[in-house]
Amino acid sequence: MSTTAFACDRVTHRYPLRGGGDLVTLRDVTLEVADGEFVSIVGPSGCGKTTLLRIIAGLLPASSGRIEFKGNGHGNGPRDTGLVFQEHGVFPWMTVVDNVAFGLEMQGVPPDERRARARSFIDRVGLSAFASSYPHELSVGMRQRVGIARAFVSGRPILLMDEPFGSLDAQTKVVLQEELMRLWRDDRKVVVFVTHDIEEAVRLGDRVLVMSGRPGTIREEIVVPHPRPRDLARRQPGVAELADRIWTLLEEEVRSGLLVRAE
Amino acid sequence: MTATTERPTPVVRGASAVAVPPDVEPEVRRPADAGLMVPILVAAGLLLVWEVLARFGVLKPVLFSSPMVIGRTLVASFASGEMTMHVVATVTRTLAGMALGAIPGLLLGLAMGWSGGLRRALDPILAALHPIPKIAILPLLMIFLGIGEASHIAVASVAAFFPMLINTMAGVRAINPIYFEVAQNYGASKYLLFRRVVLPASLPLVFSGLRLAANVTLLVTIAAEIVMADRGLGAQVWLAWETLRVELLYATLVVIASLGIALTGGLRLIRRAAVPWQVDPGVSR
Repeated sequence: MSTTAFACDRVTHRYPLRGGGDLVTLRDVTLEVADGEFVSIVGPSGCGKTTLLRIIAGLLPASSGRIEFKGNGHGNGPRDTGLVFQEHGVFPWMTVVDNVAFGLEMQGVPPDERRARARSFIDRVGLSAFASSYPHELSVGMRQRVGIARAFVSGRPILLMDEPFGSLDAQTKVVLQEELMRLWRDDRKVVVFVTHDIEEAVRLGDRVLVMSGRPGTIREEIVVPHPRPRDLARRQPGVAELADRIWTLLEEEVRSGLLVRAE
Repeated sequence: MTATTERPTPVVRGASAVAVPPDVEPEVRRPADAGLMVPILVAAGLLLVWEVLARFGVLKPVLFSSPMVIGRTLVASFASGEMTMHVVATVTRTLAGMALGAIPGLLLGLAMGWSGGLRRALDPILAALHPIPKIAILPLLMIFLGIGEASHIAVASVAAFFPMLINTMAGVRAINPIYFEVAQNYGASKYLLFRRVVLPASLPLVFSGLRLAANVTLLVTIAAEIVMADRGLGAQVWLAWETLRVELLYATLVVIASLGIALTGGLRLIRRAAVPWQVDPGVSR
């Protein structure tokens, strides 16, 4: 079995409420992610998926519990992680090259070298023609590519992706999923992929972690048995059944969550 | 660079050129220049009507003058060097006021947007001082600095300071928190966070502040000139009234309007060069 990249041990997050008392957003989340693994996380909205990513990335402190980064020789803690945000994570005031090179710039890599490294990656995701463009000149799908490229170029071994394809149309989504699969395979990254799209979680992940509603906990771990490489553009046998099973797990909570809000 | 005129089509190129439909059109639109023809014709038509009515005595010359007379006055006043002198005086005061007021406004605005403590300490004072019409403090400045250039530049600076400060502060505070998270996640130092995120992200509102500051400074400068100057466009307007030279009054107003337009246009050019990533806010503002 491969080595552990990082592990969360009973991570809990409380949020103090204005009127006193706490809102518990995450309770005792324990999980282990192996080197080179692709883990999807699904759950009803408001279950703390995004909070969990932010805690792993070191942007939010956990109220209790701990996170250990173990990977072979990295061990830099949250510095091992690169976040890919939902939509607006790309800086509108930087060209594509400078956006992609941002992580290297923060590490103090000299301008020529970081631009060269960014450009070679930009070629890999087919954006060469737009290297000097500004984000507002790109489509949403291209912008999301820039965000992903930035995380890869920065050399972070663990990528934390927060619904990166949530705002894309179905076809663009498939192309970007394929690209992500290719990059993940070639660069041997760890990916933690939060999504609200159950099929996406099953099609991409080695494992799917199903979270319960607030307070968020890991409710079930489902290992996806389908072999790789997977043909994402075609229907794969077994995916629908697995997705159905996960939906059954979530359905009641999603429905009751909506009812509570409607009252 | 002509990033906006040569608009790339949002089609995926390169190795993965599968049939991907463009998802969302990039939002780069400029108002077409062709639309200028109609307003120019309308303006010319109105001037023509004015001229005709003036010639036939329908409009009293003591009140309205006529476009031709105003034009001749304009040319004559520039030819004699008189109008040029007034323009130079007003422009100098406005620009000096901008420099002395907008730069401190920018710096304090950045600091107050950045630091919550500083904001809490200074915001009440700001809220008390900002609503004072700046021209009202001119007499006070005249007591301190006397009648002359120092008072002119001081009142212009005060006028430029507040819009700049308030917009810059708003610009920093309006930055999407996601940008701070990205920077933090990639380990940005305080200095790099400021230079690569805070400063560029606040630029659009800094430029709105600059545009507002320019308008207010010009206004206050001319008002101050009406009160206490013997040179400058405000002084010229007042002189024209005192001597009942209506055609000179209109001519000076034309110069003032042109100055305002030039100032706004110049700032727009600077903004386009400094903030090339901002989609043009659009028609004349």
